[in-house]
Amino acid sequence: MSEAAAALSPETVLAEMKRHGVTHVVYLPDSETNWLYLLMKADPAIHLVGVGREGNACSIAAGLWLGGAKPVVLIQNTGMLEAGDSIRGWLMSLNVPVVLMVGYRGWTRHGVTTDTVATYTERFLMAFGLNYYLVENDADSSRISVAFEEAERTQRPVVILVGDEYHGFNR
Amino acid sequence: MMHTADMMKAVAQFRGDAILVPGRSGRYWINLSDNQRLDVEVGDPAMGGHAGLGLGLALARPDKKVMLFDSEGDILMSLGMLATVAEQSPKNLYHFLIDNGVYATTGGQPVPNADNIAYDVIARGCGYPRTFAFTEIGDFERELPGIMAAPGPVFVACKVVPEIENEPISRRRRWQTRTREEVVRDFRAELGVAK
Repeated sequence: MSEAAAALSPETVLAEMKRHGVTHVVYLPDSETNWLYLLMKADPAIHLVGVGREGNACSIAAGLWLGGAKPVVLIQNTGMLEAGDSIRGWLMSLNVPVVLMVGYRGWTRHGVTTDTVATYTERFLMAFGLNYYLVENDADSSRISVAFEEAERTQRPVVILVGDEYHGFNR
Repeated sequence: MMHTADMMKAVAQFRGDAILVPGRSGRYWINLSDNQRLDVEVGDPAMGGHAGLGLGLALARPDKKVMLFDSEGDILMSLGMLATVAEQSPKNLYHFLIDNGVYATTGGQPVPNADNIAYDVIARGCGYPRTFAFTEIGDFERELPGIMAAPGPVFVACKVVPEIENEPISRRRRWQTRTREEVVRDFRAELGVAK
């Protein structure tokens, strides 16, 4: 499989968001989301809300959902760790059925990582009792739908770990 | 300085059918509210997020005014939120800061540099088009009609007298009449949004 074919394309991610009625993307860019950002920015159906710290995304998402919108939170795993109390308080305790798309910095398929944020990412999610799905490429995109459906069914946040990010800079 | 209850009483006259986020001042607001089903009284889920909650509501419901009571401790924890609010610039958001200068629920310890911060200047620097600062209730009451008549986002800093709860949390009087789940359910039902 070529590298391009193996990647998770931003078009796939955006299509999944739109298929599930996402209205707002609350985000702080991570290292390879620029192409997705440009796509979202050009799409009138998606309202972008940029934050300066990932925890801020949680209360904004809670407010959006309370008001009847459908937000997604798009952040990196580094920021997810920082946002722990906001995830607990604003998303989990208010039962906000939001999908968090989290760039899995440092993740490797062979399991040997030199980046400690990858070491703690899944441990963090397990400690919080948050269910998560790993998405590496377009062939995994059905898991994005699974996450959206599970969030609605359980009325809880669900996480998508983006294992290969979006390869925006590799085009 | 003014008292929080007096400040809120003045604001209450302009509530109409607005969504109201009491922040961590719900114990004052509950006696003034004339529409609790539109009060997003969720207590303090995680410090620093009330402005975000208000912003999210304002973006989701541009057809309704959103009135938010924030605190200086929350703002200091999430200063960047002011930039996000200003960038989004929701015309329906009215952001009131209740600044007592202390962490009142933990015994009244001062917030960092409590006596020397100009929150209205910070908000203006972040891009809020209109900002105000008041220390006296008379001035606040006089300007409030004009503040509420113009579009948001607006930031209104009010310096209030600290009212410190120096009791262990478990011994404090519980003023809430609804659980957090009931608040969420009532609010979304009032707005007519799905489960």
